[in-house]
Amino acid sequence: MNILPFLLSGISVGGQYALIAIGYTLVYGILRLINFAHGDVFMAAGLMMIYISATLPLQAAVPLVLILTVVLGFLIERVAYKPLRTAPRMSVMISAIGVSYLLQNTATYLTGGQPMNYPKLPLISETVSIAGNNVTVVTIVTPFLVLALVVALVQLINHTKVGMAMRAVAKDFETSQLMGIKINNVISMTFVIGSALAAIGSMLYFTNYTYITPTAGAMPGLRAFVAAVFGGIGSIPGAVIGAFLIGICENLIKATPYTVFSDAFTFALLIVILVVKPTGIFGEKVTDKV
Amino acid sequence: MLQQKQKKTGRLIALAGCLLLLVLVVVLENTLNPQGMFFTVLKKSAVYTLVAVSMNLLNGFTGLFSLGQAGFMLLGAYTYAIFTLPAASKDSVYYLYGGSAIKFSLTDLFQGIFGSEGAGGMVALWLTVIVALILAGLVAALFSWLIGLPVLRLKSDYLAIATLGFAEIIRAIFTWDVLGPVTNGSTMIQGFPTFASFNIRLANGETFYLSSFVPVFFATVCVVIVVLLIHSTYGRAFKAIRDDEVAAEAMGINLAKHKMISFVISSFFAGVGGALFAMYINLAQARNYTTTLTYELLLIVVLGGIGSITGSCVGTFLYVAASEWWLRGLDEGTFLGISSPLFRTGFRMVVFSAVIMVVVLFFRKGIMGGRELPDLFRRRRRPAGKEARGK
Repeated sequence: MNILPFLLSGISVGGQYALIAIGYTLVYGILRLINFAHGDVFMAAGLMMIYISATLPLQAAVPLVLILTVVLGFLIERVAYKPLRTAPRMSVMISAIGVSYLLQNTATYLTGGQPMNYPKLPLISETVSIAGNNVTVVTIVTPFLVLALVVALVQLINHTKVGMAMRAVAKDFETSQLMGIKINNVISMTFVIGSALAAIGSMLYFTNYTYITPTAGAMPGLRAFVAAVFGGIGSIPGAVIGAFLIGICENLIKATPYTVFSDAFTFALLIVILVVKPTGIFGEKVTDKV
Repeated sequence: MLQQKQKKTGRLIALAGCLLLLVLVVVLENTLNPQGMFFTVLKKSAVYTLVAVSMNLLNGFTGLFSLGQAGFMLLGAYTYAIFTLPAASKDSVYYLYGGSAIKFSLTDLFQGIFGSEGAGGMVALWLTVIVALILAGLVAALFSWLIGLPVLRLKSDYLAIATLGFAEIIRAIFTWDVLGPVTNGSTMIQGFPTFASFNIRLANGETFYLSSFVPVFFATVCVVIVVLLIHSTYGRAFKAIRDDEVAAEAMGINLAKHKMISFVISSFFAGVGGALFAMYINLAQARNYTTTLTYELLLIVVLGGIGSITGSCVGTFLYVAASEWWLRGLDEGTFLGISSPLFRTGFRMVVFSAVIMVVVLFFRKGIMGGRELPDLFRRRRRPAGKEARGK
């Protein structure tokens, strides 16, 4: 059997997961919160694209979707997570689940529960032939785009003032606050970056699918989270490598008769990683303070 | 001495209350319209209450944040369905896989002993369902023990995501077509005894309705068991672990053992609840037990108050009644006499999830906080003592 198309789509899907996983890993690194709503922000970006591209030309729709997704991510943080800054971690997580529930229900309401057709994006939706296999351009573009974005993000984090603030906050919440870092701005910044990447990810991801349902974001979101844990939560290169690995494995499993286990594999990997090496492959060792 | 006496009266009152509730359900169902919305809500909330209480035992009383409830419910539902499906309907249900691999059926076993008609049939039905429910719980408990061995070592959100992953794995396994002869793949299993099977057809052609009584009865029995557990030594150990693991360990509580007990018992009741849920929706199918179900249950527990059994019961009823019944108008165009083009399908859930967000953000203690029903009566009598304990 020819596994090349599966491998190619694995790399492509992996890249798309990587873009979501970065959002998880950044937020977890700073707030110690699994942002369950992140997958639904990803879905919301897809829905926005459908509605906006129906009225506006694509050149205007793409930046508008980016901006609106960023605003959505920012608002979620301000409304649902900021009031709970001093609350136990579980309360924030429950709030995240609540936001996810709200976004899914709102999406169901707006779409009337119908699957919505995703628009064909010119250039990246076209098909090309590689070694006799028909693949869409997006499959080839994704890994390069992801790498470019990741390099840019790493530069941002390592060489700018806001990046330095993010690293400081991730290291120690209280101390960095005492050092005069405006913690709320830094947290908002993480959500802005995460949402923007999720918006780009959603454009790449959904072009390969014909339609979006209100729950379309949940599974990719969870898979991306697993990728983030796998790579060592808080580490960007880790999240990217984890995402590529999970994307490739998932698609290779789809080439075998065990297709139903493609998601199960991801979660089995998660449980194994958590039990064997909870800090992930690139994670820093944390010591519990009693 | 006095305290013991008070405890005894308290128990009697509680028992009388439960009996009264059950009698009331039977009387109401046979006097009001049994097809009414109230009874649908009642059945669904009885089922959800049981699972919410089981989740509360784990999340609220032991402090283990688990999101695997849907997986254990699925195990319970399938166990119940597979073992109660009469042999006669197996071929038609499993037609895709050329019949079921499990020839055994509890329904046939008990009907063989007691007959399938009249009083004997009712005895056979009750025994079938009770045995199958216990079996459903045991299977869920067994799997929870297996999964608990590795994952209970994890903490807070890692535990949550690992149990959530486990539920997804279980769902994938049950839809795997190789196991089709047992689980019927992704196709539904139906034709097993449901709540409506308990209705008795009287000689004069009328029906004596028991279909709401049955779920309420099973849920009440299970909730009472959980309440007794919480008031036992084990329950106090669970609460100690929740409040401070290190201190609890220093006091000589075996953490691993007690966490496992709590996890297994919670899963047992989730399994029973899953079986009841299958009876409620008349079918067992893996796609009904997704993470959305777990999230829904978690929000119910939060709504009622984490760490309050009373809260979970009240919270479930309010949640189910509001989402299924009271807010229907929001979907159908007119609500409280106001009609608006905004009110169309799905709007109810939007309003509802917004309300839940408000509760999560601003009323973090939920309806009951950590209090139980008796605390509401006690508070007025000794406010000073309550204050002192709170500090």
